[in-house]
Parts: sequence; C-alpha cells; structure tokens
Amino acid sequence: MKLKKECIAMLLAGGQGSRLGVLTKDIAKPAVPFGGKYRIIDFPLSNCVNSGIDTVGVLTQYMPLDLNTYIGNGNPWDLDRNFGGAAILPPYMHGKVGEWYKGTANAIYQNIQFIENYDPDYVVILSGDHIYKMDYSKMLEYHKEKEAACTIAVLNVTLQEASRFGIMNTDENNRIYEFEEKPKHPKSTKASMGIYVFTWSKLKKYLVEDEANPDSENDFGKNIIPAMLGAGETLMAYEFADYWKDVGTIESLWEANMELLGENSPIKLNDPDWRIYSRNPNEQPHYIAAGAEVHNSIVTEGAVIAGKVSHSVIFHGVHIAKDAIVEDSVILPNAVIEEGAVVRYSIVAQGAVIGKGAVIGAAKEECEPGSIAVIGENIEVEAGACVKPGVMAGENVRKEADAS
Amino acid sequence: MKNTLGIIFTYKYEEDLKALTQLRSIASIPFGGRYRIVDFILSSMVNSGITKIGMITRTNYSSLMDHVGSGKEWDLARKKGGLYILPPFSNPASVNYGANYRGRMEALANITNFIRRSSEEYVLMTDADMITNMTFDDMLQQHIEKGADITLLYKKGNFTNESYSQFCFLSLDEDEKVTDVTINPATDRNNLAVGTVILKKSLLESLIQQCSSHNLYGFRRDVLQAHLNDLKIYGFECKNYFSIITSISSYFDSNMELLKDDVRRDLFVDNNSIYTKIRDEVPTEYRNDSCVSNSLIADGCIIEGTVENSILSRGVHVRKGAVVQNSILMQDTEIQTGSQINYVIADKDVVIRQNRKLFGYQKFPTVLSKGSLV
Repeated sequence: MKLKKECIAMLLAGGQGSRLGVLTKDIAKPAVPFGGKYRIIDFPLSNCVNSGIDTVGVLTQYMPLDLNTYIGNGNPWDLDRNFGGAAILPPYMHGKVGEWYKGTANAIYQNIQFIENYDPDYVVILSGDHIYKMDYSKMLEYHKEKEAACTIAVLNVTLQEASRFGIMNTDENNRIYEFEEKPKHPKSTKASMGIYVFTWSKLKKYLVEDEANPDSENDFGKNIIPAMLGAGETLMAYEFADYWKDVGTIESLWEANMELLGENSPIKLNDPDWRIYSRNPNEQPHYIAAGAEVHNSIVTEGAVIAGKVSHSVIFHGVHIAKDAIVEDSVILPNAVIEEGAVVRYSIVAQGAVIGKGAVIGAAKEECEPGSIAVIGENIEVEAGACVKPGVMAGENVRKEADAS
Repeated sequence: MKNTLGIIFTYKYEEDLKALTQLRSIASIPFGGRYRIVDFILSSMVNSGITKIGMITRTNYSSLMDHVGSGKEWDLARKKGGLYILPPFSNPASVNYGANYRGRMEALANITNFIRRSSEEYVLMTDADMITNMTFDDMLQQHIEKGADITLLYKKGNFTNESYSQFCFLSLDEDEKVTDVTINPATDRNNLAVGTVILKKSLLESLIQQCSSHNLYGFRRDVLQAHLNDLKIYGFECKNYFSIITSISSYFDSNMELLKDDVRRDLFVDNNSIYTKIRDEVPTEYRNDSCVSNSLIADGCIIEGTVENSILSRGVHVRKGAVVQNSILMQDTEIQTGSQINYVIADKDVVIRQNRKLFGYQKFPTVLSKGSLV
C-alpha cells in the first residue's frame, strides 16, 4: 500500500525570541506559557489538527529540551498517529558534516527528506509565535482554486503599523506582485502573518536553488518569496480577518493574555468546535480561600488564591497568599506570591517567588505604557524588596539592592 | 509491586447512594470537581507500581468505560498488562445469568481465566468506594514479613455511624494478627476493614475453587470468617487520609473535606498524582461581579455570581446574582440569574432556572439527578 499525505505542516519553532528577554532564557519562544494553561505552540498545533492536518514537523534549535518534552509524541493534540503525527526535527549530522539551521528556508531545506516521506502535494509553513485560530484547510482550498505556487496569509493592518511588518503588494485579484519587508512608505496594508501554503514541487525547486546560492540568507521572506516573484510564479494573498497576535514582545505578550479576559474577548477560547489543546499538568481544581477576592480574571487548576486578584491571568499551581494583591498581571505556572506582596502590571515567570511585602511594578495607570515589570523563571524576590515598572529581573532581587 | 495483579470491584450496592448510582456504578461517581471516585484507587495502585489491573463490572458500567477508556491517563494502555474491563460473562445456563453476583467470590469465579493467565505472584483486590492517595508497598512488605496468608487494610477510628452497616470490623492482637472478623457488630467498631486485600494468587485461586464447588459466594463470611483459624490473616493500618463513600451524606462530607488545606495537601500535593480523564477545558473565568470564598473550582467554569463553601466541576456556569452555598455542582451545571441554592448536590447537566430557590440540609442534601431542569 502506498502511503501519502495531501498536505503536511512544518512548524518553525527554533526561534530564540530575544525580545522576550528573561522569559526565553531557558526555553524557546514557542514554549512560553500563555493564557493560563497553554503554551504559544498549542495554537498552531491545535489549528493543524482542527484543520485536518495530521502530520506536523516541528523544527527546533534554540533551547529545545523543554519544548521537546512538551510535545512528546504529540498525544495531547491527537498527533500520535500510525502514519504521520508530530515529529520533532532538530538539526542533525549528514555524512561527516552537519550545521545549524541557517535561516527559515534552510531549516526546511535540511528536512526535505522528512517531507518526501509523506509525498505531499502541499506544505504549510507555520511559525510558533502567534496567537490565533485559523482553519488552514480553507486557505489550502483557496490555494488550490487559484492554482498558486504559494499562498501567503495576510492581515489588514493600519498604515502606521504596516512599516513593522512584511507587506504584500497585490493586484485587485489578490495576486502578489511585490513583497516589501518593513517598508518605510508602505503601498499596501496587507501584512504577512508568517503562514504560507506552498505547492511542494515548486517549493522544493526554489529551496534547492536558494541553497546553491552562497549569498543567500536562506530566509523565506528575504530570499524564497522574492525569487518566486522574480520567476513569475503565481503568489496569492489570502485575507484573514479574525484575531491574530504576534506575541514576540513583552508588551504584546502581556496584551494578548489580557485580551482573553472579559465577556467580549476577541479570541474565544471556549469554543467546542475549535478547542485549543495542551499538555495537561494534571492538578487538582483551584482553591479560592475565604477572604479572597477574584475579579475579571482567569484561573486554572492547581492554583491556590487567598489574596486579591483582579484583571489577571493566573496559571496552574500558582499560590497567592492572603493580603497579597495581583492586578493587571500574568502569573506563570507555580509562581508564589507571598503574604502582603503587591504585583501590578507585571509578568511573573514560572516558579518565581515574590517574598512577603515585596512590591513589583506599579499601578498600570501610573506607568508608562508598556513598562511592564518582568520577573524571570525561578527568580526570588526577597521580602520587602521592590522591582520598579519596566524592569526585567533575571537575577534574584535583594532588599538592599532594589532592581531599578 | 511489579509482581502484583490489581483487581477492582467497581460496583457496590448502597441503597443510600441510589440517587447517584442510578445511571452509573459507584466507581464512576464524579468527585472533587474533576475526578471520579475510582481515580483515587486506580492512581494509588498505579503509583504503587502495579501495571496490570482488572476492573470487575456488573451493571450500568458504560459511564465507567467512557471514563477510563484505554487506561491511557493512568499509564495503563500497555502492551504487557494494562487495564482490563471484566464485564459479566453472560451464560444463560449459569446461576448468575444477568450477572447478579451474590458476592465477591462469585464475581471472582467469573474471571478465573483472567486470573489464571496473569503471571503475577500476588493479588491486590479492592473496592472502589474510597478516597485516599496511598501506595501499597508497605502493606505488601508487611504481608511477606509476617508470612501472612491474607492481609486486610483497615482504618482506625470510631465508626458507629450506621452507614457502615455493610462493613467488616477487625479485632487484632498486638502483632496485627486478626483475631476476629465481625460484620456490623453492635460494639467494638474501631478497626474498619476497608475492602482492600492482599493475598497470593495461588491462594486466591484455590479459595475461588473451594467456594464455587460448595456454592459459597461471600468473601467475608465464606473466606475471612470461615478460615479465621486455619489461615494467617493480618491487618495493615492505613495512616493516610481516608474516607469511604457509603451514603449521600458521606459523599457530601467527603467532598467538603477537600476544602481543608491539610486534606488537599495529603490527597493532591504531598503524595503522588491522582490521574483522571482529561477534558481540555479552558481556564475558569471570573467576571466583575464574582464573589467566591472557600471553594474548589475546576477548569472551564464561568463565575459571575456568588459561590461559598462549594465544589464546582468542570464547565459549571454561575450567572449574575446567583448564590451557590454549601453545594456540589457536577459537570456543566448552570445556575441562572437570581437563583439561590444551599446544600444541593446537582448531578451533571442540571439547569436551575432564574430566581429559583432550593435548600437542602447539611445531613440531608437535596440531590438533583443528571439533566434535571428546575
């Protein structure tokens, strides 16, 4: 019997995410916790499964251990399959040589053999740093209908924002005639979402050509797409109008977490038809003690709350002691906020301990926009110490030497 | 305890629990917001290193099968060993056609093939009506050290309550040897035999054979009491947190115990994990007007109203102005605007319409059956 997949996905998860600072000190960006019980990578993985794509190669490179363990055999996403499923693809030795993934295109190039195992007609290229729900099968239909070599998902942004993105200039039929990376004077507002559908035979040809060019940076945006445009291939823009958020910076990560709160959250997580799956930490239901106050927040299993929490995202296993105050903050798994500590407009990473009476950040209204205080993984903030707004604490904070 | 076969009796007839067991066996009654009762004993066995477990079912076991599935969540989806569901073997010619087992020994006679084909040296048999997080290694070790034939797990306490009328009580000498086994005695109700037993597989097989050839069927009467003098029967005291579900009132109390820090720590934090079926729910959402105190709340809930001293399972929705006190709400219950409930146990998918008031009493909580609309 001949085994074949019509479409497989390749998920670029090797990025360091240096703009997330201490949050990605020990883990790759796609493994950063998000939304109470998820990690960023849960979104593209769940989208794949919900779109009917059951073969996903996850390309890892930077700090992959945590991510590898998290993905495991792909079971939480129903990606443990007889043929296909989730596969972790680190760089490897071939013959006597081996090299790191030099760029996004090179990462795919080095895994041509993996892709060919499935003999796919189409390959979806995804990145692991966006929060969104999207049915890739609709995009694939569009790609087939237009007989395109490549289809790129685009989001309409404002003209000001456009200079921060890769912009697709298209004709009236959404056919792309030009691609501009972060243009100073954008001609269009169609921003690339970093989601590509390629006809595999075409992509393979351009990957091989690109690899042969020693001057190339081996990057999809900088090299592959321009080369395809130059050769006159059909490249289409696929317009997406729903929620999509790049969580590459502390501020956007904080915002995306906050956007989950409230009745009118723009990304409806509680959608039985489009579940976002995650590896379950298997903890008991969360406990709200007498005297605690929890408003306008999301809380998940294993948390114990005795203090006051408002407008915050509380992950599993977090302890918030009595008289502690948490406001406008994101508290990642197993962090401990001790008695009387005040945490406002902050992100507190996994396992961090905020000592008694310590003060992290300040009221959001009093802070410069975006000056979120960040406490790194397993960092201890001594009782009574203070971490000012906008400060990123990557080392233990002592009382006498307040981080400033 | 690799060398031990696990057997769980998933059914038990408790008249007082009828309201919750009409649609399911006792093992699959929801408990503690996200668990089923069987999760505790199943996880305890797995955490002891037992890798082959048979579950004897009798009636209404589809809910249990749905819950345990392949056993994957307990690491029991194995090539060697793993989880076996042992439904009644219906033979029209047999006395127990329709699987109305008269006793434990009769149920075991039904699974002799399963037992014979297992290569383990010991068997740990247990009921599925207990809430505890323990490992059985010490119990097996004592069993071997004392050269016991049968070791019974027991809990010390004062069990005068009549809800223990179906239970055995033990008299023990200072060496933990059992000197008497009584069923529902008038006095001396201090050492409660909780229905967990370790013995050699070979002994179990010969006891099953003896019982079935004499048309005997009860483990307590026909094994423990009958062989008190010719078998070495020992007790092993369980020192972990332990509660047994015998009635609606004990079900309610055991749930409420989870609101105590030390009980939660013993069951969920300090010991091994209690595994259960994953539902992939979203985090629980607290809206602006929520007011929650002393409550245990699972994922996927939406809280807009007031919740006090309660246990909420996954997917419960408490709407604005609703007040929930001293209650246990199972999966996907909805309490609509302006309703008040106190001392209520709502089974799955119950809807309490707007402005309803429903009050039970601590010793007699009101039970709403699955899918009720109030």
